[in-house]
Amino acid sequence: MSDPSSVVPGADAILHARKVTKAFGGLVAVKEVDLEIPRGAIISLIGPNGAGKTTLFNVIAGILDPTSGAVEFQGNRVVARPVRAWLEPVIWTLPAFLVGILAVIVNQVTASAAAAALTVLAAIFLLVVMLLAAIVRPRWYLDLLLRAGVFRSARPNDMVKAGIGRTFQNIRLFANMTALENVQVGMHLKLRANAADALFSTPRARAEEKAAETRARHFLEVVGLKGHGGELAKNLPYGDQRRLEVARALASEPALMLLDEPTAGMNPRETLEMTQLIDRLRHDLGISFLLIEHDMKVVMGISDRVTVLDHGERIAEGTPDEVRADPRVIEAYLGKPAA
Amino acid sequence: MNGAGSRLRDFASAGRAGLNRISSRLRDLASSHRSIAIMVGWAVIATLLPLLVLIPPLSTFQQQKLWIDGFANAGVFILLAMGLNVVVGLAGLLDLGYAAFFAIGAYAYGLGASPFTGLAIPFWPMLLVGAVVAATFGILLGAPTLRLRGDYLAIVTLGFGEIVPAVFLNADKYTNGTNGIGGVLKPELLGFRFTLGNPLPYYIAMVVVLALTMVFLYRLQDSRLGRAWMAVREDELAAASSGVNTVTTKLLAFALGASTAGLAGVFTAAKLTLVSPDQFSFAVSFTVLAMVVLGGMGNIWGVAVGAFVIYTIQSVLLKQLNQFFQTINLPVLKDIDFVQYQFLLYGLALVAMMLLRPEGLFPSSRRKRELHEASEEVADVPPPTEALDG
Amino acid sequence: MRSPVWRVVRPVVTIVLANVIAWLLLGTQQFANFLTLGSIYALIALGYTMVYGIIELINFAHGDVFMVGSFLALWILTVPLGMTGALRDPPTLIVVLAVVMAATMAVMGALGVFIERFAYRPLRHAPRLAPLITAIGVSFILQNVVYTLFGPSPRNVPQVFPLDRFDLLGGKISYLSVFMLVVALGLMVALQLFVGRTRLGRAMRSTAQDREAAELMGVDINQTIAITFFLAAALAGSAGVIQGLYFGSTKFDLGFFAGLKAFTAAVLGGIGNTTGAAIGGFVIAFIEVFATVLGYSRWSEVAVFTVLILVLVFRPSGLLGQQLGERT
Repeated sequence: MSDPSSVVPGADAILHARKVTKAFGGLVAVKEVDLEIPRGAIISLIGPNGAGKTTLFNVIAGILDPTSGAVEFQGNRVVARPVRAWLEPVIWTLPAFLVGILAVIVNQVTASAAAAALTVLAAIFLLVVMLLAAIVRPRWYLDLLLRAGVFRSARPNDMVKAGIGRTFQNIRLFANMTALENVQVGMHLKLRANAADALFSTPRARAEEKAAETRARHFLEVVGLKGHGGELAKNLPYGDQRRLEVARALASEPALMLLDEPTAGMNPRETLEMTQLIDRLRHDLGISFLLIEHDMKVVMGISDRVTVLDHGERIAEGTPDEVRADPRVIEAYLGKPAA
Repeated sequence: MNGAGSRLRDFASAGRAGLNRISSRLRDLASSHRSIAIMVGWAVIATLLPLLVLIPPLSTFQQQKLWIDGFANAGVFILLAMGLNVVVGLAGLLDLGYAAFFAIGAYAYGLGASPFTGLAIPFWPMLLVGAVVAATFGILLGAPTLRLRGDYLAIVTLGFGEIVPAVFLNADKYTNGTNGIGGVLKPELLGFRFTLGNPLPYYIAMVVVLALTMVFLYRLQDSRLGRAWMAVREDELAAASSGVNTVTTKLLAFALGASTAGLAGVFTAAKLTLVSPDQFSFAVSFTVLAMVVLGGMGNIWGVAVGAFVIYTIQSVLLKQLNQFFQTINLPVLKDIDFVQYQFLLYGLALVAMMLLRPEGLFPSSRRKRELHEASEEVADVPPPTEALDG
Repeated sequence: MRSPVWRVVRPVVTIVLANVIAWLLLGTQQFANFLTLGSIYALIALGYTMVYGIIELINFAHGDVFMVGSFLALWILTVPLGMTGALRDPPTLIVVLAVVMAATMAVMGALGVFIERFAYRPLRHAPRLAPLITAIGVSFILQNVVYTLFGPSPRNVPQVFPLDRFDLLGGKISYLSVFMLVVALGLMVALQLFVGRTRLGRAMRSTAQDREAAELMGVDINQTIAITFFLAAALAGSAGVIQGLYFGSTKFDLGFFAGLKAFTAAVLGGIGNTTGAAIGGFVIAFIEVFATVLGYSRWSEVAVFTVLILVLVFRPSGLLGQQLGERT
């Protein structure tokens, strides 16, 4: 569909997975897989069932920690096996602990109740600050971790913040919220109103909410759900649910979208629409895509490059035509009946 | 004949249409100016209740003064229930030690304004302080716990709810142990001193606090944060994958719930002028949970009404029932102490409610949909196995 | 290094060493208390961990099942058996103990199955909150039923086991505590064998791992869950019998703290892991008894709770557990 020569491996990759391995107990689901997504490309991940595609997806999306290997996104190493994770709780509690010891000393030396109470309060304050920092993960906290040699993978919401949106294989919409609300949740990180804004219903917050609604309707329109905003997600037809998931992911304004079987269970017309939508999003918004897809027509038609997994290992990588001709792929995947 | 009949029908339908128009106008007005509607609603309720109890049979139960006193106490539980509703109803977390935060608020005021410490911080700023202190403990408890699976919170709060009164009991050097802290200062407003003899000022203050809390809660519920709570409640993984920091979101709900309980604690301490460990047993946490569940998780008004109804039943009706059966001397019933069975009843009601009508007596429409999900569909979609456990 | 012999020897050495340290710290008398208390917590914790392992529910009613078990033992001893004091005749004593133990375990097991059937099973596909709320409701119901039947004050359980003691290492140890420890350890080993070696045990493990897959393989899920509840409640019942016989009294709100401590034990050991739960039970009992030895018995609950929080902060997967979903 697009000119394969425009996407050269190695040139300005938006995402780079290096030797990612994920084992569950003794079972190795993904084994030393390399994956590179050039900026603006559509890359497909194919392979028989149980090949480890969704596991790899979940590693990239920050849901699972890899057993080894790492994922770089826009030049930053965001996902890897945790290093010295045990140190993190120590960092949380250490300042409070030290001040606590100080409190004991103060109590012994001065015997002043007020001084002791103040140090205890300071200890509690420090503990609260550290615990909150561990959850919100501000810059200084991450730097602190870095200096202590602690590495923790980004969490799913950090990945969204970094610019990765995703959909799920078995649709995970907020079933009892309306389509519009689903998209508005997707915009969560783009909105700034905090609890205080909400409490006092500040003009800023009200204006933002209004703008958010307009924008959410816009996203619905983009995926072709105009006029369905008020419907509950669970009442939408299957194909529309898939599109709503795309709209929700789109609402976080990602640079890369991970779509897990975006056309599964769709009829040919819906499949075509989804394919066109993906292509349009890439052209209009410059979003890169990583797809897991079973429909070979979709894969071959839309992808710039295709990576083939089998038993957790990458057995082939190349343009659709190259992959189609690869004997190992044919043996492992295409050769099998009704894969 | 026919003409007159049709004219009458026209007239009637015109009248009905007019009424409809008025009521729909009112509803529009209420939804576009919800905060005002809530305030007006509370003002109306607050004026009607004291008048209502002058009418028999209510007037035969107890004096108006006692009724008003009871209403002010009920207000504490309404406040607690609305706060717990944020945790349980909006964010979908189970907090079984809610009374602990109630206790922390009460002790904050007890220590801040009583002869025991010699401090005399005024009541109104202490309302805020109590809320902040309770929220701080909420964060201390929630931050390590909420990173983990949701059910850990339930057991941790269950423990916390027992530990806090135990600490207040055992640390007698700082809390006066079993006896509690007595002589807690009563509120004062612009030179007007609240007294134990007159419950009306407490009642009015309570209504104001309740109205404000409710306005705030509704605003939160409809904000970006409220949407995030809903999303976390529905599907945590999907919420995280939409950019919601689920831990912060849950923690905020937990801390807000705690701060509301802290507020209620300060109020109670000032009203009873006494705080002691036995006021904050697990029974309180359980009662408030029953109020939220029976009232309808997630529905702020429903929870408030549920709390009011349950409080009235337990503090007035059960006692009256005892007296009633004793006066008419019914053989078996007169020997039954209904108050003693109250917790057994709550337990049964809770289980029955979850099994038969999980959305509560006054359901929020959204919550109702969620809780009935199981029977409707679900079956064909296998629950995600890759999800949170990894 | 990692020879099979070492794999067997290492835990044995660890356990013996831990016990020697505990004995040195506690003294013989309190050491016996610690072992009995540990058995009780371990038996309750096993129930928590099994139920959580299989349906991921914190069964708040579990501690109260233990409490009901102790009252049932009390009732069986006093009403049908008419016991008042120690039985000096060993055969009679053994028969009485066997009857009490078997009957309590059977009835409690049935109670567990009943609770699961009516309070949890209908909510298996409901949002997570729903079964948790019924669990706490059931806990309250059990407590208040016992409260109504037996009253608010502690009730004495007849001490049928003679309180004879023998000298050991400078302290006196009652035959009762040795007997109880043997019974408790026997039950734990039996459980391990059941879960590890039998067809039903295999069904339990596979259901815990992946319910859908197990179902596809022909495992009867409802039956398996019912069996899990039966075993869990029966073990809690046996702990209730031990409580009654060893400490000689029971109270309607006993289950609350026992449940909390046992759950802490399960988390400490790594929830879902039966060996971990047993070890956790003894660790918690040690903390409690050690606090008493140091003269801080009033703070023992606070200490246990602090342990729970610390475990959740520093090692949420427990001592022996696998990584639980920390990252959402």
